[in-house]
This record gives sequence, structure tokens and C-alpha cells, in this order.
Amino acid sequence: MTGTNTAINLSVFGIFVLLTLYIVYRASTRNVSASDYYAAGSSFTGTQNGIALSGDFLSAASFLGVSGAIAVNGYDGFMYSIGWVVAWLIGLMLISERLRNTGRYTMGDVMAFRMRQRPVRAAAANATLVISLFYMIAQMAGAGGLMALLLDVHSKVGQAIIIAVVGIVMVLYVLVGGMKGTTWVQIIKAVLLLLTVSLLTIFLIGKFGFDFSSMLDRAAQKSPLGEAVLSPGVKYGATDLSKIDFLSLALALVLGTASLPHVLMRFYTVPNAREARKSVVWATWMMAIFYSCTLVIGFGAMALVGTDKITGAPGGENSAAPLLAFQVGGTVLLGIVCAVAFATILAVVAGLTLTASASFAHDVYANVIKHGEADPRDEVRVARLTAVCVGVLAIVGGIAANGQNVAFLVALAFALAASANLPTLLYSMFWKRFNTRGTLWSIYGGLTSCVLLIVFSPAISGSKSSVFPDVDFAFFPLSNPGIVSIPLSFLAGFLGTVLGGEPADPAKQSEMEVRGLTGIGSGLR
Amino acid sequence: MTKALPSVSRPAVPGFATFEEPHHSLLIDGDGEPDFGAIQTSEDFLALKRRVTRFILPATVLFLTWYVTFVLLSAYAADFMSTRLFGTVNVGLTMGFLQFVTTIIITMAYARYSKKRLDPQVEKVRALAEIDEELA
Repeated sequence: MTGTNTAINLSVFGIFVLLTLYIVYRASTRNVSASDYYAAGSSFTGTQNGIALSGDFLSAASFLGVSGAIAVNGYDGFMYSIGWVVAWLIGLMLISERLRNTGRYTMGDVMAFRMRQRPVRAAAANATLVISLFYMIAQMAGAGGLMALLLDVHSKVGQAIIIAVVGIVMVLYVLVGGMKGTTWVQIIKAVLLLLTVSLLTIFLIGKFGFDFSSMLDRAAQKSPLGEAVLSPGVKYGATDLSKIDFLSLALALVLGTASLPHVLMRFYTVPNAREARKSVVWATWMMAIFYSCTLVIGFGAMALVGTDKITGAPGGENSAAPLLAFQVGGTVLLGIVCAVAFATILAVVAGLTLTASASFAHDVYANVIKHGEADPRDEVRVARLTAVCVGVLAIVGGIAANGQNVAFLVALAFALAASANLPTLLYSMFWKRFNTRGTLWSIYGGLTSCVLLIVFSPAISGSKSSVFPDVDFAFFPLSNPGIVSIPLSFLAGFLGTVLGGEPADPAKQSEMEVRGLTGIGSGLR
Repeated sequence: MTKALPSVSRPAVPGFATFEEPHHSLLIDGDGEPDFGAIQTSEDFLALKRRVTRFILPATVLFLTWYVTFVLLSAYAADFMSTRLFGTVNVGLTMGFLQFVTTIIITMAYARYSKKRLDPQVEKVRALAEIDEELA
């Protein structure tokens, strides 16, 4: 994979970046108002937005991380796929339509709807920033691994430079294109990604005579774990504690998806609740197809490439899909798969950057600092500035986390989202008495408990796969904190409300409930 | 778009509650803003809420139970999940794939239910505050 092949790979990648940048530039010429920058003027149809939604969601974690996790851990890796598909039902039935009807640009719009504006908006923005940053760091780590493989860069410095370049390109997308440009990148990327995985899947399964069973058979033969790899328990079955870790992961996956800030923000780019619903229906179909394919690609990589070769490659588990592509289609297919994976990372990170910057500019700058009277032009300027800052932070974090399994890192972001956002959103939509204090308690309770548990978990220190393997301050035994922090956040929201604070405003509650279900008062048709 | 009472006009002077006007179906207050409290307790809105709950509650309970069952079986009944069904494909992998299938089924069922049962009812409720929406 050196010399001319590297040149092929690089040029495929370069062409994609230039092409999408051009499209972003073209899509964004009239990109002036805050509504355009944050929500693309709510001008996308449900179908377009559904494809973009899957583009936003299908990250490097899904493509590289999940196929890698399946290729190495078999059944236990498949858990990610299942959680991420089932989770869309929560988005569909509980969140999407109500959110579209109640809010305008950010998650804070909905959380603060019937509460005291400033503290709740600040809290929502904090949660958004922390979650998006975690998510982004995971994506950047994926970019590092991918480039390491693609360009055969083994040195940590070289990979760090690559991560920095990815970060700069994605900030460019956001600065130039705003939400409209970013959405088009998502759409293009989602279609490319789905086409690539579908074709790869058909080809692979064809190689085994369209017999999934014989493919599994071959995979089990090639795996050092043998038959066990087809059954649960390879990664999480060893002890009672690791089983609880598995439950914790499963919970975070299913509850986190529909509370990720960048997914929530996608419900604002359509004109009304019906289109928001349609978006989720489209996205769910695309997810189901995509994750079925990752099952075949994961086991295919196990059967054709072999687990040892995958874990030994630069990029580790994350390199399963690219290695498989090289195995079956040589450098050209490797170049294509890597370019698609890259597109995926760029697009997702751009979406995250946009979300984080919108949240800071709209919630913190416009509403907390300027008391809701900011000049929209200034607001957009602040958003752009924030995008640059967030980009820098993500680059630094990505360099630090380089080499970890992307799906695993992303699962931490899901735990954060499920802890800080989901209880708050559900309470404010469905519980009349829920008040400002309850809101703050559930956001901060979920967020801080989750962050602390991550910091003191084996993910950060104490084991050889940790971010800091040489020190050990991991007193919390689970690598995913969801099973503790999610119930804790529900409890905090409940206690904060019943133990006092100013009572909920019944008029605002009426407005939110009526508006959430019908759109009356939102100006949406 | 059919309106509930197209002939009823807004009070001539906004800001004055008018008792002469039949106020029973246009739930907007004196300023032409929707009267959310009144809409919330209106028969049409309550019916909408009942219809939403009737689908969402059982569907959510169903899919979460089914998902949690799958996860728990994977964690604590690994032997059962490893039972071969056809070829090397075992119970666990099949159940996992069925999660995809049920997700799609519930999604499509909800889309259909919304179109048939929810959207028309939303229109009915919206008609209660229609005039306001047009002026907005």
C-alpha cells in the first residue's frame, strides 16, 4: 500500500473534498440569516432531510467502528448495530414532531420553553458542547486511524498532522456552507456510504454463494476464538461485572440516539412536524439497511482478512472495512472505501461543529449574554467563531484519543446524551409539574455524573487499552456509565422538581403541550 | 383546507373580549393569540391526546421490552442464544436481525396511524385557532 497506490488513494480523497467544497459553496451563496445558518431556512423536504439525518448519524463509528467490532468480537460487536436501529423509534414517536413544533434552532429552545430562560439555556448549551466534543473526538480518532492505514503513516506525529488537516477541512465546510451546505454534504455522503456498503455486501455474500451461514462458518474458522465468536459473551461475557457493562452499553445506545444534539437539530431543517416524521421514517429504513450490511461486512472481514491481521494493522479494529476492501478489490476499492469513510467523518464532524456553534451562539450569546436581543448578524458571526474554537478543541482531543475503537468512544457520547438530555426532554414534554430546578438538576446531574464516571472508568486509565494506560485512577469498574448516570438523571430531575423551586407555569405548560402536538402558535404549516 | 366556521370574523376591535361573538369554537383570546389553556381542555384536543397515547404508549412499552429481553438473554442466557437454528446461524443472531424487522414494522405502522388518525385530528384542533394563524 505504498508509492503509486497511495497516490491513487489520495487523489480519490482529494477529488471528493474539492467536489463537496464546491457544492457547499454553491449551496450557500444566499446564506445570510440566522435561520439559514442554523436550520437551512427549514427548507428541506422530509425525504431529503431523512437522508441527511442518516448522513449525520452514520458516522465513522458506524462504518469503521461497528464493522471492526463485529470483525473482532463477532456477536458482541453486533450489539451496537441493534441499539442504533431500535433507538430511532424513540426519536420517531416521542421526540421529532414535538421538537419541530416547539423549537426553532437548538435543543435549548425546547428545554427552556416553559422554564426560566437563562439558566436552562446555559445548561442546555453546556450539555450540547460537552456531548458534541466527545462525539467529535471519536470521529477525529477514526480519521487518524484511517489515514494511518491509507497513507501507511505509522508515526504518531504523522497521524496527528492528518487529524489536524481533517479538522481544518471540516471547519471550512461549516464556515462556508452553514446548515444548507452541511446538509448537502450529508446527503451526498449518505448516498455514497449506503451504495458502497450495499455493493460490498452483495459482493461478499455472493462470494459465499449467497449463503450467510457458510460465511459465518468460515469466519468462525478464521477467528482465534472459534465458534464462540458467533455467540454472545466474547467481549462482555467473562464476569458479572462485564455483563453489567454490556447492559450499560445497550441502554446508552438505545436512549442516547434520539437525544444527541446534532440529531435533534436536524428536525429543524424541515418546514413542519409531518416532514420531521417523514425524515425519521426515511432515516430508519436507511439505518436498518446499513446496519444489516455492517453485519455482513464485519463477519466478511473476519472470514477473509482474519482477526489477527485486523488488530495488528495501523488503526486497529477501525481498519477492518478498509482492509476487507483491499482484500477483495485491491487499491482502487480501498481508495473508494477510504474516501467514503473520510467523507463520513468530514460530514459528521461538520454537523457536530455546526450544532455546537449554533448552541453557543443562539443559547449562550443571544439569549444568556444579550438577553434575547442580539443582532442576528452578530449571532451568526459568533457562531462562526465558535465553530473555529470547537474545531481546535476537537483536533487536540482527537490526537489524544487516537487509536481507540471509534464505536466505543462514541458510545460514551451516547451515554452523555442519554443522561443529560433525554430525561430533561421527556420530563418537559410529558410531566406537567416539571420546573426550572428539576430541569437544571437533571441536565447537570446527568452530565456531571456521567463525565465523572467516564473519567474514573477503565476507558481513561488503568488498563492497557485506556487513553492513559500508565496511570490508574479507575475506581469505577464499568467502561460505559449509562446504567448509573441515566437513572440518576431521571431521579435528579424528579427530586429537583418535587423538593421545591418555583412551581411550573401552567400557562406555559398548556402552550407547550398544545404547540408540541399541533404546531399551533409555531407559525409552521 | 376546510375551516370550521369560515363565516365568523374576528372581533372588530382587537383587545376587547366580545361576549356577543360566538366564542365556542374559535379559541383565540382578545389579542388574536391562541388561547392555549382553552385549547388544551377542548374536546378535540383531548381526543387527539388520547389517540396519540393509544399508539405511542403500547408501542414504546412493546419495543423497549423486546429490546431489553434481547439484551438480557444475550448477557445471561448465552447458551440459549447460541442454539443453532439453520446452519451456523444461531438464535441470538436471528433475534438481533428480528429487532431490525420489528423496528421497521413499528415505524411504518406509526407513519400510517399518524396519517390516518392523528393528522386529521391535528387539523381539527388547528381549526380552533385558525384565524390567528392566518394573521400571523
